[in-house]
Amino acid sequence: MPLWPRLRRLYHEHEYARSEHDTTNEWLYPSRNCIWQQRLISKELLIFEVGTPRRTGVDFPALKGTKSRLGGMERTSEIGLPGLTEPEVMRHYVRLSQKNYAIDLGVYPLGSCTMKHNPRLNEKMARLPGFADIHPLQSENTVQGALELIDELADWICKLTGMPAVAMSPKAGAHGEMCGMMAIRAALDAKGADHKRRVLVPESAHGTNPATAVQCGFSIDSIPATDDGRVDMAALKAKLGDDVAGIMLTNPNTCGLFERDIIEIAELIHGVGGYFYCDGANFNALVGRVRPGDLGIDAMHLNLHKTFSTPHGGGGPGSGPTVLSDALSPYAPVPYVVKSNGTYRLVEDADSGDSFGRMTAFHGQMGMFTRALSYMLSHGSDGLKQATEDAVLNANYVQASLSDVMSPAFGGVCMHEALFDDSFLKGTGVETLDFAKAMIDEGYHPMTMYFPLVVHGAMLIEPTESESKAELDRFIDVMRGLALKAKSGEVDMFKQAPIYAPMRRLDETQAARKPVLRWRVPTTD
Amino acid sequence: MKYTEDHEWVRLDGDIATVGITTHAAQQLGDIVFVELPEVDAEFEKGDDAAVVESVKAASEIYAPVSGTITKINEDLEDAPEMVNADPQAAGWFFQIKLSDTSELDGMMDEAAYKAFIED
Repeated sequence: MPLWPRLRRLYHEHEYARSEHDTTNEWLYPSRNCIWQQRLISKELLIFEVGTPRRTGVDFPALKGTKSRLGGMERTSEIGLPGLTEPEVMRHYVRLSQKNYAIDLGVYPLGSCTMKHNPRLNEKMARLPGFADIHPLQSENTVQGALELIDELADWICKLTGMPAVAMSPKAGAHGEMCGMMAIRAALDAKGADHKRRVLVPESAHGTNPATAVQCGFSIDSIPATDDGRVDMAALKAKLGDDVAGIMLTNPNTCGLFERDIIEIAELIHGVGGYFYCDGANFNALVGRVRPGDLGIDAMHLNLHKTFSTPHGGGGPGSGPTVLSDALSPYAPVPYVVKSNGTYRLVEDADSGDSFGRMTAFHGQMGMFTRALSYMLSHGSDGLKQATEDAVLNANYVQASLSDVMSPAFGGVCMHEALFDDSFLKGTGVETLDFAKAMIDEGYHPMTMYFPLVVHGAMLIEPTESESKAELDRFIDVMRGLALKAKSGEVDMFKQAPIYAPMRRLDETQAARKPVLRWRVPTTD
Repeated sequence: MKYTEDHEWVRLDGDIATVGITTHAAQQLGDIVFVELPEVDAEFEKGDDAAVVESVKAASEIYAPVSGTITKINEDLEDAPEMVNADPQAAGWFFQIKLSDTSELDGMMDEAAYKAFIED
């Protein structure tokens, strides 16, 4: 829990006590204007508003004896950058950081995002100068260790997924989807299968799935879900045909449920000559327990930044290596690492084979590779398996502990995330959005809301394996408390939330309708 | 006025149908922040994606409730999508479509049937 909601709540509570019970003894309590209180709620100005171009924090000697080489193109107007002293800059950014919420501050139950702890060992490894201070344009004989690391990580990924090949360069989940779908497109083109342009996508899919397929020149056919939140097999069979290029399916799906019919789905898709893309965003529920290669999939991206604990969500770049089956691996993008005679080298030439080309300038996110391999090696195969089991156990503990006061969207056990609908709020006047905002006042980042779209007023909670039972119990107590308050008619509390956040409730409608995307110098009369 | 199971309404005037989303749909979507309308003269088969409506919660397709050709669109919605929330069944209309087959309206619900439908 970040410091400020806790402190503010304590302050609020004793203010309340004073006004209700003890108005005569004001001297017993600190002034309303005590400094920490003010500082915690104070609005932090933009750095452009704090500083002014008329000031400067550094003192350079005037240039002399240098000749301009800009050929008369020198800037004549002022840039207008704000000038600040070093302590002003430090305080500005430290104050901003204190207003933030992060996995390093508390439970981050954002469903579908796998906000697990980022082990500090990973950071230490990524900062080793041999990994951190190298450049992609260095000659290969000076970066053999880095290339070996990429190769070893690729080997771990292939073993964990049971797949023969992996493209390491995609830089995010959606980029990995793009890689997989481009490989499928290349394989179809190589066969001259121009008529295969329809891709089946379950209606609960991540929005990036249909977007990726369309980007690769396919059309989308949506498959409905059954009442238990899984692919409707009868509807799927009815949509099969010779023009089907493939299916894009997430497993566990976005409802946090395992698609039990996945092997039959793979057989059906292969039966019509299509390919099976599996969205690996939820692989944290499977590592060490299920190998996607055994399920008949042809391509799947992994989110190193979710499953393998590299920082994300403002903390670092994504990384989306994409595993490919034997049928698709010839079309993998360049560059990729090969080892021959004890030496590693990058294959850069896309023209010599069937590769569909290049997706990135270089080999991928080196810093994330280092962190992900550090995570794998420090856990070991047994530790990775236990992390998976703990993630699923934690989600089920949350679901079971809340099921009598909230409303699970589907019956039975879940995988790595617990999904609730808003039927427990029916008639209370409180909506999912209000409930999420009230969580902020309790010191928690809200869960994912209104996703997946197939569940009304969805609340998707993914605790990950990082949380202890004690931490989960605190979270569950808060959620139970909120659910009971909503049911007992305390609507105002929800509608006003968040009270203990610097900006209170944001006007999301205006922000979407009339976004202010850049700061402009205020005009003065 | 007729209603579809996709929560759209259709008002027929001669062979021109005006189409919008129902009050119930507008309430469920929440504050609408963006509307993407079809081009005039675009042709649709019944059930095709004809427009997109985006709210703070979700983006949804608006299906052509009947087959035909777009004759007019509500251009005001581009600058004022909030009209869909304020007056969904009149000023917040989406487009007008010239029907190729007026019998396509036969299967649609009347107000009482739609009311019963959304209460389920």
